[in-house]
Amino acid sequence: MANTSPNKTKKIIKNRVAFLEQKVPAYVSVAGITGILILWELVCRMNIVPPLFLPAPTAIVTDGWDMISSGELFKNLFASLYRIAGGYTIGAVFGIIVGLILGFSKWADAIFTPIVYSIYPIPKIALLPLIILWFGIGEMPKVAIIALGVFFPVLINTFSGVKGVDPSLIKAAVTFGSNHFSVVRKVILPGALPTIFAGLKLAAGTALLLLVSAEMIAAQYGIGAMVLHYGNLMITTKLMAGVLILSFLGLTFNRALQWLERKLIPWK
Amino acid sequence: MKVVIENVEKKFVDSKKNETLALEDINFTINEQEFVVLVGPSGCGKSTLLNIVGGLLSPTKGQVYFEGSNDDKEPTLGIVFQDIALFPWRNVLENVTFGLEERGVPKKERAKKGQHYIDMVGLTGFENAFPKQLSGGMKQRAGIARALAVEPDLLLMDEPFSALDAQTRTILQEELLTIWNRTKLSTLYVTHNIQEAVYLADRVIVLSRHPGHIKKIIQIDLPKIGRDQDKYRQQFEKYADDIWQLIRHDAEEALKEV
Repeated sequence: MANTSPNKTKKIIKNRVAFLEQKVPAYVSVAGITGILILWELVCRMNIVPPLFLPAPTAIVTDGWDMISSGELFKNLFASLYRIAGGYTIGAVFGIIVGLILGFSKWADAIFTPIVYSIYPIPKIALLPLIILWFGIGEMPKVAIIALGVFFPVLINTFSGVKGVDPSLIKAAVTFGSNHFSVVRKVILPGALPTIFAGLKLAAGTALLLLVSAEMIAAQYGIGAMVLHYGNLMITTKLMAGVLILSFLGLTFNRALQWLERKLIPWK
Repeated sequence: MKVVIENVEKKFVDSKKNETLALEDINFTINEQEFVVLVGPSGCGKSTLLNIVGGLLSPTKGQVYFEGSNDDKEPTLGIVFQDIALFPWRNVLENVTFGLEERGVPKKERAKKGQHYIDMVGLTGFENAFPKQLSGGMKQRAGIARALAVEPDLLLMDEPFSALDAQTRTILQEELLTIWNRTKLSTLYVTHNIQEAVYLADRVIVLSRHPGHIKKIIQIDLPKIGRDQDKYRQQFEKYADDIWQLIRHDAEEALKEV
């Protein structure tokens, strides 16, 4: 019956949400960044913007290369890396430990949480003069200010991670014979780990910000000091080289944390 | 060794100091190798009672104790949770052997025992899978294996299959009976499913609401295996219907509350 009319119209039902799963080729991102760089170079070559305000990418690379070969860049970079690595590690370790304690002990929570929350909103850079008074003008105050800036977001995320651990998992652990220490180590710590990592990533940005600020205020070497120095001398190419290093530093930092997160949280 | 639940009462006090009597005058015994099922309408306190027996909640009155143990060692409990509660960061083997690990059993022995119980619940080949990679039914198999692995003196199961689909539930009920037949563990099992209660229990304890108390204890005089066969159908239905008649009024009342 249905086959009697041969040119019966046929209406295929198409996937109307195909746009949700569109595939974009990988080279598009590379093309995007290349396009911007070429445009930037052209704008500079055609003298639309004076080179003092916006140096060309090629000029930045050339001057940057000079800074690398003279050793100037690495000297500043290592000074910065030393400070940020030290400060970040100290702040993160203490933040996690104190966060676990506050999350687990109701007493510690009642006593210390109000104190933590009243110090947390202070922009940490405001404490730099005080910290310089305490520790002098060496490396200590810079490391300390970064540690302080990292400590609070890590602590607060650890704390809320601990609070968010599924109570039935704690019950299960206790049922199968865990003591308090075991519960913290085998249930609360891994259970809070995803939230702790959110805090660590947040703190990475803070650490970089504080590093540069502190170096601009009180340092002889370091990427921040270098950027400020060339700004004062109005050598924008070298200034921009410093800024690019900072961008690269931030990117690497984030990548490293992501890699660590995947290694430590394989169950997600 | 038998477990005695003696004069247990549980009162909850909320933040406004309102008291709710959740359980009152609960008395019964779980004999060695006995499978006891608690059944009742929602809000009758059956999970509360299981938590008290499992040491996860303290009763306001009365006590729960093991009787007839010859040695001094603490009795071991194994609990299978309604929400399964597998550790997401441990694979199946590590989850199953968790209790053994906390008891300080050496690693080699742990792995051997863990494997034994993983095979028993039919999870062979999934030892290294994380819970996230398992289906609901497989997760609960792992949950059961974890409870069995500590070779408990009392096995507690809190509506273990209620989150699963009907087909998986039927299969797991059958498997549970097979497993129970091999291990013969004293078991306290909570459910709101009457068919499940009659299918599994040596004795069914029917709870009633407001406050939660024991309405009736029913001995199921059917062979432990094969109750779903045709020749027992009439008796099976009779038990189920008796229990339903005991619960029905309460269940209807429970509906009006929410």
